[in-house]
Amino acid sequence: MSVTATGVTDAVPVSVSGRSFREGFSMFRNAKSITGLSILAVFTLLAIFGPLIAPYDPDAIDLLHRNEAPTWGHLLGTTHMGQDILSQIIIGTRGVMIVGFLSGIFATIIAVLVGVTAGYVAGAKSEALSALTNVFLVVPGLPLIIIVASQFEDPSVVLIAAVLAITGWAWGARVLRAQTMSLRNRDFIQAARVNGEPLYRIIAVEMLPNLLAVIASSFVGTVTAAILAQTTLAFVGVTPISNWNWGTILFWAQSNNAFPDKWWWYLPAGLCIALVGVALALVNFGIDEYVNPRLRSAGMRARALRKRGFKPSDGATAVADTRN
Amino acid sequence: MTTLELRNVSKKYRIRGSKEMLALDDVSFTLESGKTIALVGQSGSGKSTIAKIITQLETATSGSVLLDGVPIPRRGRALRAYRQQVRMVFQDPFASLNPYHTIRHHLERPLRLHHVVPVAEIDAEVIRLLERVRLAPDLVERRPHELSGGQRQRVAIARALASRPGLLVADEPVSMLDVSIRLGVLNLLAELQRESNLGVLYITHDLATARHFSDEIMVLNSGVVVERGAADDVILNPQHPYTRQLRDASPNPDVLFAKTKGASRA
Repeated sequence: MSVTATGVTDAVPVSVSGRSFREGFSMFRNAKSITGLSILAVFTLLAIFGPLIAPYDPDAIDLLHRNEAPTWGHLLGTTHMGQDILSQIIIGTRGVMIVGFLSGIFATIIAVLVGVTAGYVAGAKSEALSALTNVFLVVPGLPLIIIVASQFEDPSVVLIAAVLAITGWAWGARVLRAQTMSLRNRDFIQAARVNGEPLYRIIAVEMLPNLLAVIASSFVGTVTAAILAQTTLAFVGVTPISNWNWGTILFWAQSNNAFPDKWWWYLPAGLCIALVGVALALVNFGIDEYVNPRLRSAGMRARALRKRGFKPSDGATAVADTRN
Repeated sequence: MTTLELRNVSKKYRIRGSKEMLALDDVSFTLESGKTIALVGQSGSGKSTIAKIITQLETATSGSVLLDGVPIPRRGRALRAYRQQVRMVFQDPFASLNPYHTIRHHLERPLRLHHVVPVAEIDAEVIRLLERVRLAPDLVERRPHELSGGQRQRVAIARALASRPGLLVADEPVSMLDVSIRLGVLNLLAELQRESNLGVLYITHDLATARHFSDEIMVLNSGVVVERGAADDVILNPQHPYTRQLRDASPNPDVLFAKTKGASRA
């Protein structure tokens, strides 16, 4: 990193904002993050252009082709009503992604506000915010979501995202509070105070950039949780079954005894959920490696060893033969 | 002419609820512009607590700190004016610069906060500050991790001087640096002090540099000032046993050399 940065400054003066922007995203510049982000990009494209790509209307009933296994006409087969499952999955992507990311954004905003404040202020205020966080940590999320969501006839996407965010921000806040407490006593924050920086600038300009990685990873974690919770809600039938998402597909598959014979009905939807989960986890691992250089070098050591023919998982200490 | 006076300052820290630790006990002294006072003592003697109280990172439990006869304001514009006058150089240059921000940011902030120069001249002033601490102007867009320890400490010194203060607290400014560059940084500090007629509180545990760079030495032990006086007097003719102990604890090259020579011959 230092090498490239030096090269850049030596060549031409680069605008400050351009550099901070790029360095803000350097946590995503490793193989794991890039793989994860690529998978997410594919699903995001599906979410945006789904209605253009989907070969059929997901609701269209075709009684001539019922319960069909995959064919060239219906790549992922059909339901008991002859609906095209591939189209349902493609159309359903949008609901999953919007709810996932919307609630991730909501939850991250709450987590940053509560967590960073609790970490920076001291004494009773900090303890009160910490207690609030702990309460939300032990609130059983899913039952609460089911109760709230079932109060509404047709809960909107924003409402579902908001409810998921309210039950899901506490972990992020907890981690951010701990990280902020350790940052607060660092010399460069003290130096900013001696400078006479106002409180909001100390938090927003001096601290937040150093918390970016933690915030990003808590965001990714919340999105994963929200996607799982949302598909679960659709699967148990709390959210309206007419709104397509992957959980809705599983709901219909379950209620029509698709398991285990009609694998094309439940397997692709389940795999999609798993794939998004894997992608988000990969992004998270990538951020972890960036934050914790020890993991980074462990990964590099393992790769170097493998190149020389050692398996890092062998318990023994590897000793290279350097005699020749 | 700026004068900072500490009057009967004490600081108690609470340890686990009921226990108390007296970090500073009734400390009084006056720091004037143009003068350098060295504050020496071993780790835990309360040196850094004095620095924190002067820079208002901590408040004194009792006693008062007066700038030109006025107590330190608690908040607002007046506190900012105080922060413009009293600046600090931290011990660890690897920790005192924000890893996320460029050198420009670090030098620009005090200029903007204290309206030192018109906004249009800020860029030129940043370069001028870097030149004052003998750093190349093309470092402005670098980040702290691209600089060596000595370079970082120079940036920290430039940051402290940016607001054009009357007084500077230097908390062991060279103890984290390579031995080979310590003298350079200390000479720079001394030179800047003369140029700007600064009052410097030089906190250190190194008696030799304390003697060399300051007019007056205060010896602190367990939060109490045990001895103070002109630098040469304190070093050459220490009155308090603790001062003598401190002096004898610091390695004297002549004595050491003589000893090892004697040992090898025997």
